[in-house]
Amino acid sequence: MDFKLDKSHLLQQQLFRNFAETEIKPLAKEMDEAEKYDLDLLAKMQKYGFFGIPYSKEYGGCGADTLAYTLCMEEVSKVDASTGITISVHTSLCCSCINNFGTEEQKQRFLRPLIDGSKIGCFGLTETNAGSDVQGAQTVAVKDGDDWILNGSKIFTTNSGFADTCVVFALTDRTVPAAKGLTAFIVDLKEMPGITVSENIERMGIRAASNCIVTYENVRVPADRVLGPIGKGFKIAMGALDCGRIGIAAQAVGIAQGALNEAIKYGKERKQFGKPINSFQNTQFKMAEMQTKIDAARLMTWRAALAEDNHEVFGPLAAMAKLMASDVANEVTRFAVQAMGGYGYCREYPVERMMRDAKITEIYEGTSEVMKMVISGSMKLK
Amino acid sequence: MSKDIYVVIEQRNGHIQKVSYELIGEATKLAADMGEQVVAVLMGYQIADKAETLIHYGASKVLVLDEPVLEHYTTEPYVKGIEYVIKNYAPNVVLFGASSIGRDMAPRIAGRIHTGLTADCTRLDVDVAKYQEYLRKSTNVPEDKIIALDTSDRNLKMTRPAFGGNVMATIVCRNYRPQMATVRPGVMEMPEKDTSRTGEIIKVDAGLSMDDMNVEILDVVRSDKKAVDITDAKILVSGGRGVGGPEGYEPLRELAAELGGEVASSRIGVDSGWIEKSRQVGQTGKTVHPNLYIACGISGAIQHLAGMEDSEFIIAINKDETCPMMKLADLGIVGDLHVIVPKLTEAIKAYKASQNV
Amino acid sequence: MKIVVCIKQVPDTAEVRLDPKTGTLIRDGVPSIINHDDKAGLEAALQLREKFGGTVTVVCMGPPQADVALREALAMGADDAYLLSAREFGGSDTYATATIIATALKKIGFDLVITGRQAIDGDTAQVGPQIAEQLKVPQVSYAEQLEVEGDSVIVKRQYEDQAHMLKVKMPCLVTALSELTEPRYMHVGGIVDAYNKDITVWGFDDLKDDLNPDWIGLKGSPTNVFQSFGKQPKAAGTVMAGLSADEAVAAIMEKLIERHII
Repeated sequence: MDFKLDKSHLLQQQLFRNFAETEIKPLAKEMDEAEKYDLDLLAKMQKYGFFGIPYSKEYGGCGADTLAYTLCMEEVSKVDASTGITISVHTSLCCSCINNFGTEEQKQRFLRPLIDGSKIGCFGLTETNAGSDVQGAQTVAVKDGDDWILNGSKIFTTNSGFADTCVVFALTDRTVPAAKGLTAFIVDLKEMPGITVSENIERMGIRAASNCIVTYENVRVPADRVLGPIGKGFKIAMGALDCGRIGIAAQAVGIAQGALNEAIKYGKERKQFGKPINSFQNTQFKMAEMQTKIDAARLMTWRAALAEDNHEVFGPLAAMAKLMASDVANEVTRFAVQAMGGYGYCREYPVERMMRDAKITEIYEGTSEVMKMVISGSMKLK
Repeated sequence: MSKDIYVVIEQRNGHIQKVSYELIGEATKLAADMGEQVVAVLMGYQIADKAETLIHYGASKVLVLDEPVLEHYTTEPYVKGIEYVIKNYAPNVVLFGASSIGRDMAPRIAGRIHTGLTADCTRLDVDVAKYQEYLRKSTNVPEDKIIALDTSDRNLKMTRPAFGGNVMATIVCRNYRPQMATVRPGVMEMPEKDTSRTGEIIKVDAGLSMDDMNVEILDVVRSDKKAVDITDAKILVSGGRGVGGPEGYEPLRELAAELGGEVASSRIGVDSGWIEKSRQVGQTGKTVHPNLYIACGISGAIQHLAGMEDSEFIIAINKDETCPMMKLADLGIVGDLHVIVPKLTEAIKAYKASQNV
Repeated sequence: MKIVVCIKQVPDTAEVRLDPKTGTLIRDGVPSIINHDDKAGLEAALQLREKFGGTVTVVCMGPPQADVALREALAMGADDAYLLSAREFGGSDTYATATIIATALKKIGFDLVITGRQAIDGDTAQVGPQIAEQLKVPQVSYAEQLEVEGDSVIVKRQYEDQAHMLKVKMPCLVTALSELTEPRYMHVGGIVDAYNKDITVWGFDDLKDDLNPDWIGLKGSPTNVFQSFGKQPKAAGTVMAGLSADEAVAAIMEKLIERHII
C-alpha cells in the first residue's frame, strides 16, 4: 500500500496545479461576482482533456483513473470551487451513467463527444419536492408509440445554462414506488423542443457555476435515448451519486487546502505586535490542526477513488470521504477568514468566497445527513 | 606563443556600438597587467574610416576586414573572418560584446577553434591580488578561501552571473588559447578619447566572398512596440496616493519612457480610477522583480511591498520620511515628487545627449 | 520533416534562494521545469508538425531525473524522446555538452534542430551555436518567428533594435526565444501515453564510437570554475532629507549612472 503518488499522477497533478494557478485563479473573483462561468476557460479545459479524465481512450477519454480525477478536482477547487463542480457534475454524474449503463451505440454517440472535449453534460434528478427524498419525484415520461413524452421540472441542474447533454430521470411507472418506477433518459438541452432553461439561481456560493431550473414540456424523447433498463433509473442515479461524492470530497479538500494556503501566505507577511502573525503559537497550532484534518480528508478521498478504480464496493467509502471533507472545508475556511481578520472578510481576498463556497459541499449530491444514512446502513448496526 | 588582447568591434549600420569602446577600455587595463597590447578587429563594409576612432579610444592596432559580405551581420562570414584572424595572429584573449550579435558569433568561433568561451562577463581580472580585493570587498567568500587562491595564476579570470543573477562564477580557460569572453554591455568603464593617439591600421584579407553567406536576408524590420506586461519590465516608475490624480501619472510616464521602463501603481491609484488595473503592483495585483523600482508617493503598506520588495534597486520619493517604503528603499529621497520627477526626466535627457559619441 | 528539439531541465530560478550563511544555492524544494526558451521551441516544432507533417523528437542531456522533463514533452505531443545521461558526461562545460549532444543528433538524424536561446541556470546561450558548429550546419539564433517554406526555414531573427527576416536551407539549427510562441499545456491523456512510452537512454557506451572521451565531462571542458559565490546581500538603504529638488535629482542621477541604468 503506497500513500505516495506515482510519477504519472505527479505529472498530472503538476498540470492541474499550473493550469489552475495560471488560467483559472485570475478569473475566479470576476466569475463569482458576475455569477457567470467563462466559456473560453471552459473550452481551454476541454481541449486539455479535463472533462474526460477517468474514461477510456476507446471512447475518446484520457484513459486516466478516478485518482487522477480527484487530483484535478482538488487543484482546480483550490482556486475556484465553481470550476470544480462544473467538472464534477459533467464527469461523475452525467458521463458515469452513460459509461456504466449505455449501449455501445449510446456510448459512441453520446459519451464520446462529452469526454473528448466537444460537449458538456449535466444531471437532472433533483426537483422542488424531491431533494434528499428522491422518491418524491414528479417528472413523468409517458409512452407515445416508440417515443416517450417528458413533462416536469428539475431544479438545481448544474451546468444546464450551457450544457448540451442531460441525463434526466422521470417516472415511467407511477403505480410503483420511484425506486422501481424511475427511468433514465439522455436528452439534448439545446436541440430538443420543449426544454426551457432558467436564469442562474441566485446562491450563497459557487456562484460562477451554472445552476438552473430546467422545465420539460411535452418533450419527445426517442426510444434510443432510454438509458439502461426501464425502471432502473433509481439504481442508476444512486450509482452516479456514489461517483459524484468522490468528486465533491475532492472539491472540499481543495477548497480547504486553498483557504489554508492563503491564510499561511498572509500570515507570513502580516505583522502585528512586532512580528508576523505566523510566529504566534496559537496561529501555528491552529494551522497544524487544520492541515491534519485536510490530510485526513484527502487520504479518505484517495481511498474511495482507489476502491472505485479497483471495482470494489465504494459507496460507503465515498460517503465517509464526503462527510469528512465537507465538514473540514467549512471549518478550515471559517478559520482562514478569522486568521486574516478584517482583510479576510473583504472581497478583495479570496477566503470569504471560499467560505461561501464551502457550505454547499455539506448539502449537494447527498446532504451530510444522507451520508450518515449511507454509512450507518453499511455498518450492520441492527 | 599567443599574445595580445583582441577586441571584436561591433558595428551596426556603420555605427560602432558603445560596448566596443567599453571593451577597449577594459582591454587596456588588462593589457597593462599583462604587458601586452590591445588590438581591435573591425569588420564590415566600407568601414575602414572608423578604424582611427578605435585607436583614439585606446587600441594600439586595428585589423580591418572590409568586404561586401560583411555589410549586414550574418553568422558564417563573420565567424570565418574571426577564425582567420585567430589562426593567423594568435591572440591571447578575444573579447566580444555580449549583444545578440556577440552571443551568436562567439560560441560558434569557440567551437570552431576548440577553445573556451565565457558568457556575459561583468568583471575580468588577470592579477590575482586585485581579484582577491574584489572578493573581500564585494562578496561573502570567506578569507581562508581567498588566501588559498594561487597568486601566480595569470589566466584571465572571467566573472559572470548565473542562475538569473543569484550566483556569480569566476571562470578560467587554462589549457586552450585564445581565452574568449563575451562581456555585458554597460558594465565596463568608457575610456577617455584621445585624438592625439596613433596606431597601426592593417587591412586583412580573410578570403571572404558572398558564397560564405549561408542565409538569405529577405527583409529588415524595424522594432514594433507591443503592449508591455509590467512583470516583464526591467524598470518601473510607480505612483501611489501622492500622485493625486490621473494627470499625476503623466510625469511618471515621461520618466519611464526616458528610462525605457514602464509605469506601475499601488492599489489606491487603481481603486480611484486613475490608472488601469493591469498596472497594479501588490498582493492583490502583480508581483514584480525589476532592476529598478522608483516609488513615487507610495507609503508602502505591506500589501504593496509584498509585490515589489525583491526589486534589485528601490528609490523612494515621498514627503513622509518615516513611511515603510522609505525604510525598504535603497535610496530614499524626502521631497515632493511633483517637483523632483520632471526635473529628473530633464536631467536624464541632458545626460543621454551629452553621452552621444 | 524530422524536427529534433533539444531541451534542458532547469531549477525554476524564480524560486531559487541563496543561503545567506554559506552563499550557496538552496535547491531543496525548488521545482524543476523545462527551460522556457526550449519549451517555446518545442511548441513551435509541434505547430510545424501540425502544419507540414513529420515527426518531433526531443533530446535532453541530464541526470536520470531529467526523465520527467522528457515525459512532459511527450505529454505535450512529441513523438519520441532521448535522454543522454552518463557519469562521464558530468561536469561538462558548454563545449563538451555541445559535443555530446551533437554526436547524439548525428545518430538520430534531423532536418531541423531547435534549441532554446539560453537556459535560466547557466545563462550562457552558447550550447545552441556550438551544437550547430559541430553539426556543420547554418545557425540562426534569437528566433522570434519560425516558419517553413519548402526545404527552407524562414526566421525572424531578433536584434535589439530591429529584426532580420532570414531564409535558411535545411538542415539547419535555430535557437528559440521564449516569445516565439506560447507553449501549450500537457494533455491529460498525453501524460498517460507519455508514461506508457519508452524513453531511449543513451550513456557513454551508446555514443562511444563517435565520441572522443577526451572532449567530454570535466576533463574535456576548456573552461573551469575558478571560484563561485553568492550575490552580496543588500545593505541598508540611505534616506536623504532636507535636500533641494536639484540636489535630490543629483543624488538620484549619481545612482542611475553608477548602476549603468543610463
